[in-house]
Amino acid sequence: MRETRGFKIYRAVVLFVLGLFVLIPLYVMATSSLKPLKDVQGAFTWWPSNLTLAPFVDMWKTVPLARYFVNSTIVSVVATVFSVAIAILAAFAVSRFRFRGRTVFTTTVLSTQMFPGVLFLLPLFLIFVNINNSIGVQLVGTRLGLIITYLTFSLPFSIWMLAGYFDSIPRELDEAALVDGCGPMGALGRVVLPAARPGVIAVAIYSFMTAWGEVLFASVMTTEANRTLSVGLRQYSTQTNVYWNQIMAAALVVSIPVVIGFLLAQRHFVAGVTAGAVK
Amino acid sequence: MSVATQDAPAAAEPAKRKRAPEHRPGLSRWLPYLLLAPAVLLELLIHIIPMLVGIWMSFVKLTKFFIANWSAAPWAGLGNYKVAIDFDNAVGEGLLKSFGVTIAFSLITVAASWILGMAAAVALQPTFRGRSIVRTLFLVPYALPAYAGILTWNFMLQRDTGFVNHVLVDNLGLTSNRPFWLIGGNALTSLIVVATWKLWTFAFLTLMAGLQSIPRDLYEAASVDGAGNIRQWRNITLPSLRPVNLVLVLVLFLWTFSDFNTPYVLFGTAQPPAGDLITFHIYNASFLTWNFGTGAAMSVLLLIFLMIVTGIYLFVTGRRSRRA
Repeated sequence: MRETRGFKIYRAVVLFVLGLFVLIPLYVMATSSLKPLKDVQGAFTWWPSNLTLAPFVDMWKTVPLARYFVNSTIVSVVATVFSVAIAILAAFAVSRFRFRGRTVFTTTVLSTQMFPGVLFLLPLFLIFVNINNSIGVQLVGTRLGLIITYLTFSLPFSIWMLAGYFDSIPRELDEAALVDGCGPMGALGRVVLPAARPGVIAVAIYSFMTAWGEVLFASVMTTEANRTLSVGLRQYSTQTNVYWNQIMAAALVVSIPVVIGFLLAQRHFVAGVTAGAVK
Repeated sequence: MSVATQDAPAAAEPAKRKRAPEHRPGLSRWLPYLLLAPAVLLELLIHIIPMLVGIWMSFVKLTKFFIANWSAAPWAGLGNYKVAIDFDNAVGEGLLKSFGVTIAFSLITVAASWILGMAAAVALQPTFRGRSIVRTLFLVPYALPAYAGILTWNFMLQRDTGFVNHVLVDNLGLTSNRPFWLIGGNALTSLIVVATWKLWTFAFLTLMAGLQSIPRDLYEAASVDGAGNIRQWRNITLPSLRPVNLVLVLVLFLWTFSDFNTPYVLFGTAQPPAGDLITFHIYNASFLTWNFGTGAAMSVLLLIFLMIVTGIYLFVTGRRSRRA
C-alpha cells in the first residue's frame, strides 16, 4: 500500500466521517449529562445553557442507582471470577491433553455461543421457577441466578481464547516443571498461568463486560431486589418526566469502568479475538 | 491412548512424553475430564438442557396456568407450530412480517458494518502519527455497555428534543416537519444506524488484525509491477483476508439476526411494526401473553433457520475455496 495523494485524501475522509459517527453520541452523552433538566426537555442545544453537575448528584436519588450499582458489581465480579477459573481449567485440559471427546466438547461449547439467547431464555426461566418450587432454591429474582447464567455466557469464548493462548506456550516449559516434581496442576499454576497472564486478563475483562452489559436475561430474571444497571437505567423514564440529563450522567458513570478496562487490555484482546480467525 | 501405557519413569523416556506432560497414569487419564467437569456441568444446566426443554415446550400447551406446574401441561402436538406458521391469522402473520424485517435489518447492518470496518482498517494500514489514538477511539462503541450506547441514541432520536432532528431540521433545514424516528416507518432505519454504530467497530477490529498478517513484500512486489492501491486491495488484500472474512461475516450475521438489545433499549415495549425484530417479537409473544408454548415453537423455528443458513453458508464457501 503506497501513500499516494489519493490514499491520503481517502484516509482523511474515512477518518473524518467515522470519527464523527463514533464521537457524536459520546459528545451528546457527555454534554447532556451536564445540562439542567429544562435543556433536555426543549429543543436540543449543542452546549448546556449553564453547566451543572446536578445530574450526577440527582441521579442517585431519582432511582435507587446505588443499589443497581451494587447488584451489577457483585453479579459481574463473582461471575467473572468463576468464569475465568472454570475457563482456565477447561482450556488447560483442551490444550494439554489428548482425550476422548475433546473435539465434541470444543465444538459443542463453541456452538452454544452462536445460539440466540431467546432460545434458552424461556426454558431457563421455567427451569428456575420449577427449581424454586421443588427444592426451594430461589434463582429468579436473586443475584445467584444471574451469576450462574452470566458466567456461562462468557465461558465458550473464554475457553477458546485461553486454549489458544496456552497452545502458544511451549510444552517444554511444562515438562521442565514436571521433571522438577510438579504435578500437572503445579505446571498449570507455576508455569502456564504466569506465561498466559495477558490472555487471562483479556478473558476476565471480556467476562466482566458480558455480565455488566447483559440486557435480555436481566429484563426477565430481575425483580426490584436484584435489578442490575442494564435494566435499572430504564427507571428514569416516569409517567410525567424523562430525566434525560440524569440518564446520560448515569450511562456515562456506568460506562467508564468497562471502557477504561477494555482500552487498557485492547492489545491482548485483539490478539485473542483474532487468533482463531486468522489461523 | 498413550496416556495409559506410560509406565516408565518420566525422565527416562523424554521422547515419548512430547504430546502430553503427565506423570501419574491413573490420575492423568481422568484429569482432563475432572478439569472439564465444571464447564460441562454449567453448559448443560444453562444451555443444553434448557434447549432440550425448549424443544419439549414447543410441543405442549404451556400457558400461564401451567408455569409453576409444567408437567401437567397438556400435549399440543404440532399445534404450536401450526399457530406460528399459519400466516392467515394474526400470530403467524406477525411472525412472518417480523422475519422479513429481521432479514432486511441483518443484511443491511452486516453489509454496512463490514464496509465501514474495511474502510477504516485499510485507512489505518500504513502507520501515521495519531494512528493508535484513532484506533482506540474507534473501539469505544464496542467497549461501551450496549445499553449505555443505545440509550444515548434513543435520546438523540427523540422527535422534539433529539440531536438528529435538530441537525436535520433546525441546522440544515432538510425537511420542514420533524420526522419520527422511534415510531412509524423510520424505525427500521434507526435500528440499522444504531446497530451498525455498535457493530462496525468489531468488524474493524477483526479486519485490522487480519491486515497485519499480510506480508509486506506482497505489496512491494505489486508496486514494482505497477499495480495501484485499488488493484493491490483487490488482488492482495481481499484474497488474503478471505479466511477472516468468512468467519467474520457469519458471526456478524448470527449476532445481528438475534439482536435483542437494540430494539429493546431503543423502543421499550412500544415496538413499532417496522422495527419488530424476531428475537424481540418472540420475547413479546411469550412474556406479554404468557403463552410459552407458541414462543418456544417460534424459537425452535428460528434455530432451525439459523442452522440451515449456517450450513448452506459453510457448504457454499467451503466448495468455493476447494475450487480456488
